[in-house]
Amino acid sequence: MTGTLRLLRSALRRDRWMLLWWAVGLIALYWLTAVSVAGIYDTQQALDEAAAAIESNPSYVALSGPAQGVDTLGGQVAWNCQVFGGVVIGLMTMFLVIRHTRAEEETGRDELLRATPVGRLAPAASGVLVSLLASLVIGLLCGLSVMATGLAPEDSLAMGLGLAGCGFVFTASAWTAAQVASTSRAAYGLAGAAVGLAYGLRAIGDVNAAWLSWLSPIGWYSALQAFAGLRWWVLGLSLAASAVSMALAAWLITRRDYGAGLVSARPGPAAGRMGSAAALTARLHRPTVLGWMAGMFLGGIAYGAIGDSPGEMLGDNEQMTEMLAAGGVDLLDGFYGTALVMLSVIACGYAVGSALRPRHEEESTHAELLMSTRATRVGWLLGHVAATLIGSLLVLASAGAGLGLGYWLVTGDGAYAWGITWPVLQYVPAVLALSGVTRLLYGVLPRWCALGWLPVVYVAVVLFFGEMLDLPDWSRWLSPFEHLALVPAADLDPTPILIIGAVALALSVVGQAAFRRRDVG
Amino acid sequence: MRDVIEIRGLVKTFGRFRALDELDLTVAQGEVHGFLGPNGAGKSTTIRVLLGLLRRDSGTATVFGEDVWSESVSIHRRLAYVPGDVSLWPNLSGGEVIDLLGQMRGGLRADRREELLEAFELDPRKKARTYSKGNRQKVALVAALAADVELLILDEPTSGLDPLMEATFQRCVREFCDRGGTVLLSSHILGEVEELCDRVSIIRTGRIVETGTLAELRHLTRTSVRAELAAPAAGLGELAGVHDLIAEGRRVSFSAETDALDAAIGQLSEAGIRTLTSQPPTLEELFLRHYGDILEDEPGAPTQDDGR
Repeated sequence: MTGTLRLLRSALRRDRWMLLWWAVGLIALYWLTAVSVAGIYDTQQALDEAAAAIESNPSYVALSGPAQGVDTLGGQVAWNCQVFGGVVIGLMTMFLVIRHTRAEEETGRDELLRATPVGRLAPAASGVLVSLLASLVIGLLCGLSVMATGLAPEDSLAMGLGLAGCGFVFTASAWTAAQVASTSRAAYGLAGAAVGLAYGLRAIGDVNAAWLSWLSPIGWYSALQAFAGLRWWVLGLSLAASAVSMALAAWLITRRDYGAGLVSARPGPAAGRMGSAAALTARLHRPTVLGWMAGMFLGGIAYGAIGDSPGEMLGDNEQMTEMLAAGGVDLLDGFYGTALVMLSVIACGYAVGSALRPRHEEESTHAELLMSTRATRVGWLLGHVAATLIGSLLVLASAGAGLGLGYWLVTGDGAYAWGITWPVLQYVPAVLALSGVTRLLYGVLPRWCALGWLPVVYVAVVLFFGEMLDLPDWSRWLSPFEHLALVPAADLDPTPILIIGAVALALSVVGQAAFRRRDVG
Repeated sequence: MRDVIEIRGLVKTFGRFRALDELDLTVAQGEVHGFLGPNGAGKSTTIRVLLGLLRRDSGTATVFGEDVWSESVSIHRRLAYVPGDVSLWPNLSGGEVIDLLGQMRGGLRADRREELLEAFELDPRKKARTYSKGNRQKVALVAALAADVELLILDEPTSGLDPLMEATFQRCVREFCDRGGTVLLSSHILGEVEELCDRVSIIRTGRIVETGTLAELRHLTRTSVRAELAAPAAGLGELAGVHDLIAEGRRVSFSAETDALDAAIGQLSEAGIRTLTSQPPTLEELFLRHYGDILEDEPGAPTQDDGR
């Protein structure tokens, strides 16, 4: 471990902007939530109504965690922030850890470092330390920002430390993923899947199988019960799990060869059958699409498997049933409509990542090699566009199919299952519109391509927090998902679908036209 | 003979930086044209313009008589390119990459592919991720040399190869030329250029500063001479074109411009030559002549010291 501290300093320096943005984002999430909750629920009656709405609606529970203490201001803040915060810090630690471990090893920079007098574990340890430190500091600051709005200090602190706990566990799981996978792309996939799994387990668990939530670090965060009968001991679970997982990663490092993963590379075919850029593009996109299809299918099953229990929970509550019936919204329809929107917003992550692929090909000079052959620019990029289009269709269809299948398996009601399967396709143009922004950037400002992620963050914030943060109408208007009918709770409306489709097409066409005229590489 | 590559007054700027500044370059059919220059002189930029990857700001550039930007695809059917820093798709095997690029260049000669794999001792079953730099370069070279094309554009193609493979590379390029092919070879390895190239162009800060056959270029520089004489030589110092004269008793060394060589040897011969060694100018000297910054102080002087 010699040299860890010095490497830590340089890593902190390299990451300073990245860390700042994650910190600002998370602290803003906690602080703004605390401020706006206090503003919206100014009477106990308002809080009671909100609590009743959450308790009666399992889609809220599946999205944001169990309803505990939601009739208090602190409980509302915790309920609004924690699950989402856990996912965000999971993504942050994933990027930090893999960027300093597997990615460094893959590019050979790590080799350069290890040849200097530093310990074998030092480069990796410095990256992991950055992630642990960042989790702790950001967690504390989030706790302080909640405390600053006048909520109970001990519970506020617990909210912050619970967030740090999530960061610790995901740091450890990402580090383990970096040992198992031999490429950074695969390591990101594994670590991201771990975050997704943690979210999914607790979604099912919170709605109807509490023990599943106890398998998830995000579940532990809720189980800490900040503002609802605080249980500090739960934090011990996060610490123990991260310690075990980090020990596993460190052990794996000493067991594996440098540069290799747990699974060694198998030899490939001596001759190839691909003869065109299109075939290559399909091949390059295939593993990502398959991975996302599998993930979204499982996610869909997880939601579908909640079955009729959203309705059953209401069965005991006559008053609630009457209230909802008066509003004209069937609870079950609302629940599955929301699940479809949520899965589609997640699928935007696929679409934008996929639209960034040509940039990756260009930066790694693969595009240069291809374009010295008879592959045309237009044809090459169109191939990638087609891959994103087909991939988005498949990923969304898998999500819908999973949802329907999960429901059908639990209830045996095939007709309703179909009714919550097909509407997923109405979100294809919206998902493509988000990737269209990336496409436009790729053509016009290729260096700023990564900004294509911003619309995804934006759409997610509008979906998850639009109501609560009381965002102005125009800002919601910008999110394509706000314009689509909540099928099956509402009837399908083709007009917005067509308009959004046209916007997606226009963005993509302008991006491609600009690409034709610019320098490559 | 038709010119395969013809560049006139080519300008390419990146923001304020003028990467290519009125560059002219012609490569005739059937020749191996050496393209020399220090790092950052504009070699790769020129090649990228030729491949239609970069848009030029002004000037003309044609390959096979067709415009490199608007007709790039029809040009690309007839050429193969090996980049200096070969990066391959990590999940594809070497064989897959070779066949993919071959197909996309309009066909691969299967027999030649096998010969080349053997000559370069390349295992096509390995995944690109596990290849070393040299092996990645071999993949690109095999793909280019096995393709049925008329022009090879090679950007420092041997920077990662060992000397044995370097020899194999030279043999393969010669075979390609025997079949009537044309080669543009950008290189740092002067031995390779001397061995292979018919003509050489030297680029510096975006301009061609010298172009011609090696014989023509040698003419511009000096031969270094060292001799032991029977008696001290007189009059050498007065000869125009004799430089760096050092006379210590009967030992003498100097460098002479090509035109002055005859007269200088005449002087030595009058004094009686005991031993004589002369070295023709190497490409290295040519190279240094154009890059050594001492050039600024003493125009035309060959410099041996710094090779910046």
